[in-house]
Amino acid sequence: MMVACLLDRLLWLVFRSFEGKGFICVLVHVSVIVMCLAIPAKVVNIKGDGARVDFGEGVLREVNVMLVDAKVGDYVLVHAGYAIEVLSEEEALETLRLWNEILDAAEA
Amino acid sequence: MVENLRFRDATLANRVVEKIRRLALKQETVKICHVCGTHEWTITHFGLRSLLPGNVEVIAGPGCPVCIVPASEFDEAIQLALKGMVVACFGDVLRVPGSKMSLLDAKAKGADVRVVYGVGDAVKMARRENDKEFVFFAVGFETTAPSTAVEVVKKPPENLSFLVSHRLIPPAMKLLVEMKDLSLNGFVAPGHVSTIIGVKPYRVFPELYGMPTVVAGFEPLDILFGVYMILKQLSEGKPRLENEYVRAVRQEGNVKAQKLMKKVFKVVDDNWRGLGTIPSSTFKLREEYETFDACLKHGVKVEDGVDIQPGCKCHLVIIGKIKPTECPLFMKACTPQRPVGPCMVSSEGTCQIWAKTSKLT
Repeated sequence: MMVACLLDRLLWLVFRSFEGKGFICVLVHVSVIVMCLAIPAKVVNIKGDGARVDFGEGVLREVNVMLVDAKVGDYVLVHAGYAIEVLSEEEALETLRLWNEILDAAEA
Repeated sequence: MVENLRFRDATLANRVVEKIRRLALKQETVKICHVCGTHEWTITHFGLRSLLPGNVEVIAGPGCPVCIVPASEFDEAIQLALKGMVVACFGDVLRVPGSKMSLLDAKAKGADVRVVYGVGDAVKMARRENDKEFVFFAVGFETTAPSTAVEVVKKPPENLSFLVSHRLIPPAMKLLVEMKDLSLNGFVAPGHVSTIIGVKPYRVFPELYGMPTVVAGFEPLDILFGVYMILKQLSEGKPRLENEYVRAVRQEGNVKAQKLMKKVFKVVDDNWRGLGTIPSSTFKLREEYETFDACLKHGVKVEDGVDIQPGCKCHLVIIGKIKPTECPLFMKACTPQRPVGPCMVSSEGTCQIWAKTSKLT
C-alpha cells in the first residue's frame, strides 16, 4: 500500500508535475499574460529549435526548445512559448525526499 | 483530476499548518515577503493567509512584471503604436495606464496593437507581413527575458524591433530588505525566476542581511512548506538559503539562458514604477544589438511619465506597505473592469487578485 501510494505520487510528480492540470489547460488558452508561470508539457517531436509539445487534453503547440536540451518524450516547463527547463525523474524524487523529510520533522 | 489534488491535500496542509503554528508560538511577529504575482494568486485564491497564525504575515512584494514598468515606457510603446508601428505585447500589458492613455486606448484610436503569446509570435507576424514595421514590447522578469534574447541572437526580421523593459528580481528584493520600516523577517523567492537564475543570486540575503530565504513553488503546499522552512530557520536562529522547489529549480539555474541573456543584455540602473531608480535592476540591449532597439530605430524617447495616478496607492501596495483594501480607491473608483493603477490591471497585480478572489468585507 505504502509502495503503491509512493509510486502513485511519484508518477504524478513526474508526469503531471506542478500546476493542476485543469489550471494548465485554462492557462494554455489564456496565457497571453506575462506571468512568471511555466506550464509542463510533453515533447512530441523536435525540428531544429522548435518542438511540438502536448500540454494534455488535446492542447498541442509549437514551442522553442533552444534554451534546453530536450528530447522527444521529455517533459519541459514552458513559459510564453519557450521551454525553460527539462523535468526529470531524479528531480521529482528529490521533491519527494524533501517533502517527506519536512513531514518527518513536523512529526518529531 | 484526482492526482492534481495531491499538491492540495488538506490532510498534508493541516499537518504543515499545525507545525507552523507550533513554531510561531516561539516568535513575536513574523513578516514574510514573496515577490511573485503567481505566489500571491496561490496564497489569496486558496485562502492560505487564513490558515496562518495571527503573528505570521505574508506580504506581496513587487512580483508583477507589468506593474513595475514605468509609465514612460508605456508612453513610448503608445507613441510607437500611434506612429504607425504594429505593437505586439502580452495581454496584461494592454490596459496598463501610461501617462495619459493605455495601449488599448491607442488601439481604439486606430493603432495596430496585437496581443501575442510570446515573442516568437511577433517574429512570425513580422515575417508574414513584411510591409509593416513591428515592435515587440518585451516586459517581464528573468523568466521571460531569455525568450527575447533567443529571438535577438537569431537575427529577427528587419522590420521587427524591441522595446526592452525586462527587470530583475534580486535588486528589488535588496531594496525591500533595506527598507527598515518594512521590517521583513524572511523571503519566499520566486520559483520560475529561479529556474533561470538559480539560487546563487539570493545568497546575499541570508549572508549579508540575516534574512531566511526559501525558493518555493506555486502549489498551496509549496507555499506552506516555504513558510514552515522560514519559521524553522528563524527558530533555530540560522538564516540560510533553501530550495523547496527542487523539482523545477536547479542550483545553478538554466546556464544556457543565463549565457544568452548576458550576451544580449547589459544591466543598467532604471526606474521602477512608483519605486524610483533601483541600481543594476534592468536589462537593456547591448550596443551590438542596438539596431533592434525600437526607440532608437524610430526616434522615440520619453523621459518622464506619470507613474502614479491621483489617489492611486499602487506604489505602496507593490512593496507590501499597505493591503489593497487599505487603498481608498479599491473596488470603488478602481475595479478590474475600470482599473486606475497597474496593480488592478494585471492578473499578477495584487489588487486584481484580491478583487477577484478575496471576500470583499
